[in-house]
Amino acid sequence: MMKRKTKRLWIIVACMIGLGLALTLILSAFSSNLVYFKAPSQIINHPTDQNHIIRLGGMVINGSVRHSHQGQTPMIQFQVTDGQAAVEVHFTGVVPDLFREGQSVIAIGRMKSDNVFIANEILAKHDETYMPKDVADALKRSGKWDPRYGPPPDSARWNHMTKPEK
Amino acid sequence: MTELKQEMATTLPAKSGFTRFANPKNFSKLVNTLQPWITLLAFIFITIGVVWGLFFSPSDWQQGDSVRIMYVHVPFAMLASGGYFALAVCGLCSLIWRHPLADLAAAEIGPVGAAITALCLITGSIWGKPMWGTWWVWDARLTSVLVLFFLYLGHITLLRAFDEPQKGYRAAAILALVGTFDLPIIKFSVQWWNTLHQPSSFSLTHAPAIALPILWPLIFCTIGFALAFIAIVLIRLQAAILEHHIRHLFIVMEK
Repeated sequence: MMKRKTKRLWIIVACMIGLGLALTLILSAFSSNLVYFKAPSQIINHPTDQNHIIRLGGMVINGSVRHSHQGQTPMIQFQVTDGQAAVEVHFTGVVPDLFREGQSVIAIGRMKSDNVFIANEILAKHDETYMPKDVADALKRSGKWDPRYGPPPDSARWNHMTKPEK
Repeated sequence: MTELKQEMATTLPAKSGFTRFANPKNFSKLVNTLQPWITLLAFIFITIGVVWGLFFSPSDWQQGDSVRIMYVHVPFAMLASGGYFALAVCGLCSLIWRHPLADLAAAEIGPVGAAITALCLITGSIWGKPMWGTWWVWDARLTSVLVLFFLYLGHITLLRAFDEPQKGYRAAAILALVGTFDLPIIKFSVQWWNTLHQPSSFSLTHAPAIALPILWPLIFCTIGFALAFIAIVLIRLQAAILEHHIRHLFIVMEK
């Protein structure tokens, strides 16, 4: 005969395992709906309805940003990439401060027929690296990292990278 | 009165070792000695962390001074999850061992955890507007933390929803256990699905992706706010135990 406490423990363990399994199955089944944005290659390979609002995420390609004006309203054109494909994005309005070449951004809008993405909102995504300006400058000076081409290197390599070579 | 007190104290068996503190009276005594020190340490750590973080640590190369909100946002986020984990441990002790102290603790952790989760969401929102360009998005990380906030609210309500407190404690304990599934979802949401929220800067296998002059004040703030969380819960718990005793004394006196 099991002690009542032990019995209660096993009931809880069994319930938690069952619930955990159910939740894992649900989450993996809905996994494609839980992603916040789609990469350019996904959007090009699986085109969706033009009326469908989608979120496109990727890195702004260096040299692709073109600013223009329509009266007083600023307009911006740029390309985002996930390394496999690139999509041209057009946006009318003010972009977030963090927007720059080499930065990850999320564009919310519609895909037009001529493979141009018309965004009604641009969000800037930042990476998990936090460093003072002098560290960033030292990394840039070392010539081994250019923010226009992507996120900063692994922090474990900072010291090694910024050490002056003799 | 004192006779009654002594009578009550003798009804609870005094055991040796760690289980001694499971007796609310001994626990009260322990809290009385520890709590002022925890409060003092929390005050010192928060002061050092916040002053260091706001005035002396360098600003981030691309986020500028906005990064300083991290010194409160990150500790709040950690405590929101940590507080819920504590709630679940209380729930487990309540369901398996029927421990009265676990029920009282769960009742006191809930509101503090809910408040800190709300602060985490608010500070995150204030940080998100200038950096991302939006107050809120429905990505996996933000949504799962909002779910955590609702779990806290549900726990607070459920625990107090019954005329018979024991029923409320039981129901809330079950909710606390079920809700723990949200904790790994919060933690890994930024790895499993793509989100607007950046991934964690900390991992077991890599050096933290935060430069040391920014990391140090963050560590101080995290320890400080964690101690403050513990101190607030202990003060509330102490009051709850006293309230419990007083109610018992009244019942005994009426008889």
